[in-house]
Amino acid sequence: MSPRPTRLRKVSSPPVISGFKPYGAKGAGRDAGTVFLHFEEYEAVRLVDFEMLNHYQASQEMNVSRPTLTRIYSKARHKIAVALVKGRQIIIEGGKIYFDSEWFFCNTCSCYFNNPEKQEAVKECPLCRGRRFSIYNKEITEQEEFMATTKTQ
Amino acid sequence: MKIAITSTGNNLESKLDQRFGRCSYFVIYDTETGGTEFIPNPNKDAREGAGPASVQIVASRNVSRIISGEFGIKIKSILDSLKIQMIVIKEPEKSIGKIIEMLNK
Repeated sequence: MSPRPTRLRKVSSPPVISGFKPYGAKGAGRDAGTVFLHFEEYEAVRLVDFEMLNHYQASQEMNVSRPTLTRIYSKARHKIAVALVKGRQIIIEGGKIYFDSEWFFCNTCSCYFNNPEKQEAVKECPLCRGRRFSIYNKEITEQEEFMATTKTQ
Repeated sequence: MKIAITSTGNNLESKLDQRFGRCSYFVIYDTETGGTEFIPNPNKDAREGAGPASVQIVASRNVSRIISGEFGIKIKSILDSLKIQMIVIKEPEKSIGKIIEMLNK
């Protein structure tokens, strides 16, 4: 039987750099290898050590189970440690991931749109150039829809 | 900039197709030249994998925005990593001509 397919990990935004290079090698102590840190491992370290979330909260963010998050996280720690001790460079790439982007709702032409360029803030609606738009939250609208249906019944 | 719009027919009077992967036609609109190109979608009746195959067609034309009625869960992640903006219009009665008019405002 083939193993269960890997669940897609959600990464909120790609890292600002593509890796790290060591400098100032002392003698023959450094080996020339490379450590490939996956995007999901970068995201786990970012959530747990930078955003200071606990493993359960981080797993919710990445849309995986808590044990899976812990496994990704410990793998990330190991890879970073290897790079640090052996003096290897780190390249951040690969992994089974997707990037999540924010969604907006335009009040003028009532369309929904997302923002793939996360570094730049949204200034206008891409369709009608209107400036009256708000962040669209799926949970809220689902709740509204539910309330609307219960009212009509 | 090039913008892809999903269409039910091959002229500007046609209505917006509410599905992305299995729409009838893709309209590639060029904002600089004002030209439109209608591409029939070969994945219209595909049973599986219509979404990713359609993304490939659209991405090969170098579009930076896609307008449709809905995007599937598989497509959202691909478009996010390709940095293509998705615009969802929940008005099936809107014609392609009207949408292009809105873009030019």
